[in-house]
Amino acid sequence: MSCFLSNSSLGKKLVMSVTGAFLVLFILFHMSMNLTALVSAEAYNMICELLGANWYALAGTAVLAAGVAVHFIYAIILTLNNYRARGTQRYAVTVQEPGVAWASKNMLVLGVIVLLGLALHLYNFWAKMQLVELLGGHANSLGYSPADGAALIAYTFSQWYYVVLYLVWFAALWFHLTHGVWSMFQTVGWANDTWYPRLKCIANIVATLVFLGFAAVVVIYFLKSVCPCCGGAC
Amino acid sequence: MNFTLKIWRQKDAKAKGGFETYKVDNISADTSFLEMLDILNNNLIHEGKEPVAFDHDCREGICGMCSLHIDGHAHGPGQGATTCQIYMRKFKDGATITIEPWRSAAFPVIKDLVVNRSAYDQILQAGGFISVRTNSVPDANAMPIPKPDADESMDAAACIGCGACAATCKNGSAMLFVAARVSSLAKLPQGRVEGARRAKAMVAKMDELGFGNCTNTGACQAECPKQISIAHIARLNREFLAAKLED
Amino acid sequence: MAFKLDAKIPAGALADKWSNHKAAIKVVSPANKRKLDIIIVGTGLGGASAAASLGELGYNVKVFCIQDSPRRAHSIAAQGGINAAKNYQNDNDSVYRLFYDTIKGGDYRAREANVYRLAEVSNLIIDQCVAQGVPFAREYGGLLANRSFGGAQVSRTFYARGQTGQQLLLGAYAALNKEIAAGSVKSYPRHEMLDIVIEDGEAKGIIARNLVTGEIERHGAHAVVIATGGYGNVFFLSTNAMASNGSAAFQCYRKGAGFANPCFTQIHPTCIPVHGDQQSKLTLMSESLRNDGRIWVPKKLEDVKALRAGTKKPSDIAEEDRDYYLERRYPAFGNLVPRDVASRAAKERCDAGFGVNETGLAVFLDFKTAIERLGKDIIKQRYGNLFDMYEEITDVNPYEQPMQIFPAVHYTMGGIWVDYNLMTTVPGLYAIGEANFSDHGANRLGASALMQGLADGYFVLPYTIGDYLSHKIQAPKVKTDTKAFDEAEKAVREKIAKLFAIKGKQSVDDIHKKLGHIMWENVGMARTKESLEKAIVEIQALRKEFWKDVKLVGSENEFNVELEKALRLADFLELGELMARDALNREESCGGHFRSEHQTPEGEALRHDDTFAYASVWEYKGMDNEPELTKEPLDYEFTHRAQRNYKD
Repeated sequence: MSCFLSNSSLGKKLVMSVTGAFLVLFILFHMSMNLTALVSAEAYNMICELLGANWYALAGTAVLAAGVAVHFIYAIILTLNNYRARGTQRYAVTVQEPGVAWASKNMLVLGVIVLLGLALHLYNFWAKMQLVELLGGHANSLGYSPADGAALIAYTFSQWYYVVLYLVWFAALWFHLTHGVWSMFQTVGWANDTWYPRLKCIANIVATLVFLGFAAVVVIYFLKSVCPCCGGAC
Repeated sequence: MNFTLKIWRQKDAKAKGGFETYKVDNISADTSFLEMLDILNNNLIHEGKEPVAFDHDCREGICGMCSLHIDGHAHGPGQGATTCQIYMRKFKDGATITIEPWRSAAFPVIKDLVVNRSAYDQILQAGGFISVRTNSVPDANAMPIPKPDADESMDAAACIGCGACAATCKNGSAMLFVAARVSSLAKLPQGRVEGARRAKAMVAKMDELGFGNCTNTGACQAECPKQISIAHIARLNREFLAAKLED
Repeated sequence: MAFKLDAKIPAGALADKWSNHKAAIKVVSPANKRKLDIIIVGTGLGGASAAASLGELGYNVKVFCIQDSPRRAHSIAAQGGINAAKNYQNDNDSVYRLFYDTIKGGDYRAREANVYRLAEVSNLIIDQCVAQGVPFAREYGGLLANRSFGGAQVSRTFYARGQTGQQLLLGAYAALNKEIAAGSVKSYPRHEMLDIVIEDGEAKGIIARNLVTGEIERHGAHAVVIATGGYGNVFFLSTNAMASNGSAAFQCYRKGAGFANPCFTQIHPTCIPVHGDQQSKLTLMSESLRNDGRIWVPKKLEDVKALRAGTKKPSDIAEEDRDYYLERRYPAFGNLVPRDVASRAAKERCDAGFGVNETGLAVFLDFKTAIERLGKDIIKQRYGNLFDMYEEITDVNPYEQPMQIFPAVHYTMGGIWVDYNLMTTVPGLYAIGEANFSDHGANRLGASALMQGLADGYFVLPYTIGDYLSHKIQAPKVKTDTKAFDEAEKAVREKIAKLFAIKGKQSVDDIHKKLGHIMWENVGMARTKESLEKAIVEIQALRKEFWKDVKLVGSENEFNVELEKALRLADFLELGELMARDALNREESCGGHFRSEHQTPEGEALRHDDTFAYASVWEYKGMDNEPELTKEPLDYEFTHRAQRNYKD
């Protein structure tokens, strides 16, 4: 199996599938973590502290970054290859074939939006938390402790344009996951006609959970900032 | 019925093609799409113009010779049918119909609407067979095969090799075609013997010939005139990965 | 100079002939096989299986087809199935019974020895195909399923849904691919053979045109095999694929190969009727439909009128007012009589004014009884794809209203004359499958064409060709720069130039339609002396018209479909006349050849065994000269020739 992961189309797809699965798992973990911020700011900050600049959190971050990088680089390689395979002359008339999801044909665009969102997110949070610790700092540019994630959330999502940008990001992620989640099963061969409806249903559930889980934190913190007394309940 | 046809004309493989517009009148609704093109061609010949070249043969939807991308659909409107099985009653009277050749890097245009699909032959030559010699075989009933397996094998074997899958795929991927053959043989005990070798060889040839990668959009199965399921692609993935992991 | 025909039928008991023959003929050693080249023209079941088997044996094989891939040959369109004497159904089938049914189905105009060999190897074919991965229909126990077919009282037909031909061809094509990959076979798709090259009286190669570039190529070999199918398209409208043609066979005839029984044409009873004059192709509905469908026309002419006027639907006609004429005339076989019988019976009813559509040329094929008996689901399972196809074409739902069907040209039993080794009258030139004349006599039974193609290609030719090639082991590679090749290529180029020079007014299809009309009216399902004489005169006139008035566009050095069609039509215009001449000569009715002057009081085909128990073998004498007839007597040693009886 010397290098089929890099020289065969199916091998490359396997890499996409496995890194994708890994990223989905991370996202689910991240979402659960975020949700604690809704229940208790202290609990959330405890997690933040746990994931500071220590070796296991850094190792995790490195693996994660590698996962994102590999997923993205392979996506670019595959897309370029696919573009070439399509030939130079394109159809004058194209249609959406029946039963073909829009997301499935726009995974790269969606992926790029997700990646841009990620960059914004790293700037908003990671640069003010783990990075600060890594550089030996004890307070970030906003003056908060790098482990005070809850304060950072409250600060960021009190600004409406971040709320909008993050929601767009999550929407792109939703589309990406509706295709990506069932697709990774297909790519490793764990699918058949009986399971397609089930897998697609699971994909939609996962995508929707992820969207709702992340969006809830953003929206609720925004509402809290608008109406601090009741957190928007009024 | 009357139609306006926008047809891709291209003198040969090297020439730069373009669309030409033609009109055909008094077409009966019971006329098949290709008969409509026959009528157009006969008119063109009488006018001293070159008829439109298009591939066709059996006109019963089984030989896989006909192609055509009609109004954005491989094999035209309607599912589970080849171009030769499309009848003009499917179109609105007075409609403008755009007809293009298959577009895929691996299927270069030969002339007008005719493309070269020999890449599919090459993929099958790489391993789309069971290596048995003539006459050196056991009795046909020596090996019972569960009916569901035989049926599934037949589902995949229905592939006519027309090229619609790769022509439709936004990635120019031949996966449905390759999968249909691999899956058909993988479901039979006699095909299992060299299953791993077959999957690897056919995928390698497919890659080598410049086909794209599958991104599971399912456009191929939507346009496949034989409605072959992408479940066969899943089986190909499984066969291939299992074979590679054993290496 | 008439032919000296030697069919080379081996001596001995019927059942021993083939084994004796195999034991007696020579073989070529592996080392020598490598030195020998074989050209195969056509990649249907016969051509593909022969190429694969010969490549496997070690010969150098070149295989040519006009389609863009060998897989597209017209064998692929066969729907119903393939016969074999496996007796898996325990219904007392046997090699002898298959042989007997085929001989009888052919109306005793086939060679006993050939047909027996066909029945004998039929079982091997099924074994071979299963091993290749052909997904035949199976029962729940995992064993192979069978169905019944016309002309047989046992269930011996193996099938793969309604796509048996496709699956068998994919099997043969896969075997061919295996050999192409191994380098023993070289494939030339989109190539058309335009002439056969004969040197010192032996076949030495072909002249082929690359259909993409228009290039004329020379290919030499120690033997040439013609596997180019039948010539049904002489009728313009037929169930054959658009590009199916008789030209390769006709070039052989022109160069000295005998053409046998050209008038034996099979008219298939269950095709979708012709609509309008813009049609280019007729669609066959599988014969398997006759297993459950019942054929009828109304008993009363007023019902016929009402149907044509659209005031009555077929389902409105009461059971007692329906004439299930096949069941009435042939109680023992009912709707499953052989094709020629079913076709003629439909014509008889339509001629009597009972045709059920506007043109008066259609009868009903009704599934009402079967749906009542078995339920719609089972019918759907068995024939779903055929029903869908029918609805797609006609816009009528056959689950609710009966199908309309009418006979159409489907298969040609006649073809190049071959001996028991499948060699033509030209040494080194072989013909297999539908392209030869050997196994079906005057009528072919359903599910037997696939059987013959594969029998010839897998199990007969690979042995018999060795007998000839064993004499060629000292022969060097065939040179293609000889005078014979020069002349053949020159003739081809001149013919093409001549066609382009005409610059007439009619398109190839215009003239082909006229030919088709002459053929169908005069050399079709029922023929008379007058109609045939008329046909000969008309075809000769049309041929002159063609050579004066055909219009070609484009040039020869490019992909040019009109040129391809013109070259084929030029041959059809001679072949049509030959068919008429043969039909005129054969003053009897047998199988698919029905001379109205020769029928029994009940309207059945009346053979004259005393005078016509022979195969007519024609020798070419020039385009405008009468061909010369040689007779190969058909001696029946083992079967008693009887009036075919499908009544009881």
